Amino acid sequence: MTYKTGDWIPTRDAYGEALCELGEKNKKVVVFEADISKSTRTNLFGKKFPERYFNVGVAEQNEMAIAAGAAMCGKISFVSTYAVFASMRACEQVRTFVAYPHLNVKICPSHGGITPANDGVTHQGTEDLGIMRTIPGMTVLMPADANATKKLLFAAAEWDGPVYLRLTRDSVPIIYDEKTDFTIGKGILLREGKDVTIIALGDMVSKALDAANLLSTEEISAEVIDMHTIKPLDGDIILNSVKKTRTVVTVEDHQVECGLGGAVSEFLGENYPVPVRRIGFRNTFAESGEYELLLEKYGMSVKHITAGCLNSIKMKGKIR
Amino acid sequence: MNKKEELERWAQLLRYDVVRMISNANSGHPGGSLSAADIAACLYFNEMNIRPDEPDWPDRDRFILSKGHAAPVLYAALARKGYFSIETLKTLRTAGSMLQGHPDIHTPGVDMTTGCLGQGLSAGCGMALSARLDKKSYRVYVMMGCGEMNEGQVWESVMSAAHFKLDNILVILDYNQLQFDGSVREVLNPGSMKKRWEGFNWNVIEINGHDINEILSSFKKAKETKDIPTVIIADTIKGRGVKFIEKDYMWHSLMDNKKFTEYAEQMREELKNADSFYADRLW
Amino acid sequence: MQTASMRTAYGEALVEAGRENKNIVVLEADLSKATKTSLFAKAFPERFFNIGIAEQNMMSMAAGFATCGKVPFATALAVFASMRALEQVRTSVCIGNLNVKIGAPYGGLATAENGPTHQCISDINMMRGLPNMTVLAPSDAVSCKACVHWAVKHKGPVYIRILRDGEPVLYEKKEDVNIENGNRLHEGNDMAIICNGFTSHMALQAAEELTKEGMHVTVHDIFCIKPIAADVILDIAQKCKRIITVEEHNIYGGLGSAVAEVISQSRPVPLKIMGVNDYFSDSGSHKDLLERAGLTVENIIRQVKDFVE
Repeated sequence: MTYKTGDWIPTRDAYGEALCELGEKNKKVVVFEADISKSTRTNLFGKKFPERYFNVGVAEQNEMAIAAGAAMCGKISFVSTYAVFASMRACEQVRTFVAYPHLNVKICPSHGGITPANDGVTHQGTEDLGIMRTIPGMTVLMPADANATKKLLFAAAEWDGPVYLRLTRDSVPIIYDEKTDFTIGKGILLREGKDVTIIALGDMVSKALDAANLLSTEEISAEVIDMHTIKPLDGDIILNSVKKTRTVVTVEDHQVECGLGGAVSEFLGENYPVPVRRIGFRNTFAESGEYELLLEKYGMSVKHITAGCLNSIKMKGKIR
Repeated sequence: MNKKEELERWAQLLRYDVVRMISNANSGHPGGSLSAADIAACLYFNEMNIRPDEPDWPDRDRFILSKGHAAPVLYAALARKGYFSIETLKTLRTAGSMLQGHPDIHTPGVDMTTGCLGQGLSAGCGMALSARLDKKSYRVYVMMGCGEMNEGQVWESVMSAAHFKLDNILVILDYNQLQFDGSVREVLNPGSMKKRWEGFNWNVIEINGHDINEILSSFKKAKETKDIPTVIIADTIKGRGVKFIEKDYMWHSLMDNKKFTEYAEQMREELKNADSFYADRLW
Repeated sequence: MQTASMRTAYGEALVEAGRENKNIVVLEADLSKATKTSLFAKAFPERFFNIGIAEQNMMSMAAGFATCGKVPFATALAVFASMRALEQVRTSVCIGNLNVKIGAPYGGLATAENGPTHQCISDINMMRGLPNMTVLAPSDAVSCKACVHWAVKHKGPVYIRILRDGEPVLYEKKEDVNIENGNRLHEGNDMAIICNGFTSHMALQAAEELTKEGMHVTVHDIFCIKPIAADVILDIAQKCKRIITVEEHNIYGGLGSAVAEVISQSRPVPLKIMGVNDYFSDSGSHKDLLERAGLTVENIIRQVKDFVE
């Protein structure tokens, strides 16, 4: 299954479909679900491969440890639930039973960031990337669209060790064609520019591109990087870009602490100190509401990214 | 109108509110909201000692909707009691509204943030122990769901309540036997729910969760039981009152809003013509 | 240096606070002898609740207590407080901004011999990511007491990362400890070390050694990692031009990250983050594990010298 650029589809849909293709190719793939298969879309896999599909009920901690057990016996375990539960309800199980023994468990939660918009805060996973990033041995991904989801899902299956791959509940536009290659740990330079580097991931990549377009009308050229892998972080692509632009704006559907903004700030502080503006939630929980409205209200819309870029460019002048 | 007839009407009105709210928001969880409507009506319009004009009254009975996705029925009850306006129900799940997709403690009348299953009874234990420390007589009501029974934390809290002899806690299990992905037996067979709770040393009362008299008498029995906590296992029907979604797990969350909205209109007409009780209360 | 037990200080501080404030209740997950809440249990048995080995339940129960005007101190080993019960901390406690205090002994590598399952090098990050949470990490027994008393006065959730035993004493009395801004342990303009917890005394020793060689290093002990005193950090960046952070935590997401986030915003100066280099450690003496992580006085000195060049 491939997806047409310009279409809108939730990455959880692409996950459900890609998982079936993966299951066809690789008999070691087993899927664990916590009673929300209609929502995580693993019901597709369940229908196709009932013998390799296990719905363990509303019990995410148990789910994670069961997945670890299967991985111990040579399976590639895919764990499906929502981001809040994968990263927090089962946090210690991920760390102790999955990451510590470095098992082939691929945690692929839907409802990343505020994409479960009107379900409200309890179901909006806006802290998960930071949490996963600080667990040794975790690889942390968020694809920007459906085509990226499929490619990264297949890459995750091949990858040695645990992976956290975050998905969206709501639709995001397809920005990649099916031919684009994805490598875990290698960011993608989506647009070249010289004045500012925008580093984004997941649902915010398309917003970053929109912002770059808007900036170009003001004669500002923004470079845009899709950092689909937040850990291990692709330092090379950041350095190459920043040596040219000398200022960065990070954009994530996540708290600005601990996540992409944190990772990029750590890296640049240690390697090439330049001003960094972080766009995301500023130590606040969001609320129920329509996705675009929430982005606007919490300072993460295209307009805010654009303002962040202008601000960032101003900063580099000052510091010089 | 006797007590039973009155409470039946409140329950029906809560159902109407639930249907309208979810149809209006174009999202939400009808099945588990509707199965809990009779119990919610009995709690809010008969049982609990509360002051809608003073939501933080320290001596109030507490209510925790541990199965937080049934928020619409809670919001309906709170609005009908006067914690906020009926108008507010129209804002469910929209940005800036006090009515979040899942209950938020900042909303007047909501005593605990819930929505992530399994945490409500734990919080209830903290409240019940506080009552004991402060020598207060308020009671703590926790409504739980059957899917929630899968969560490990539930059984941690079940042990705590029994261990601390929290007879000021009453758990009502809205046992509609369906969770998100199917029946409780299909998803994670619980065995005998009654024996489970009894094994943890709880007083167990089984009732028909749609029979007002049974609900009221079970509340009374629970109050009379000392030294051990009581759970009411209420046999209910998911989606109760909206015929085409009854007992259908697919309707855990909203499936087809066109159909649902049509039903809301139909329900409005029926209620308008049914009884003077409803006439001024419809929206 | 004189040493004292931080977890004992925690237990004693709870008793002191419990005497002054009748609303304080303590919740424990079956480890009161280790976490020293046993002291509180003895002093105020009616306000002490052993929940058993059920940290998730404990955290949500604490939330329930808080809604009734109590000031609960939920106590569990750092690994369980921060990870086993993480979603409960978020949903039951932080979303409602409830007045729950979490005491978390055995942070970092302090539970050394028990191995990585019980060590905790990720808690600061996990707590720091939660909106409404305040994250404290005292560096000795005295500052530990100060943190407990500060937390009682502060309205809202607080996480206090506590170590174990035998921590060198850096402060004379708790009134000397500046929780919000941190304390300056050493002054110098050549470079700055920002540190917390067990590494603070090492950083101080390193600075004293370096002084003998003519290098003047600022050492700043940070207790409050969230919200971090941005002005203080920026002043240090302005004055010293280079910063090394030292912490008994993963290099990702902890104090180093918090400092990086602050300086990158308006004063991007070169930074070096010292900590556990993103690996699970093993069983061993605390000293050996710190050595393996490069968290020694000698290595701090080496890193400072390298950094200047």
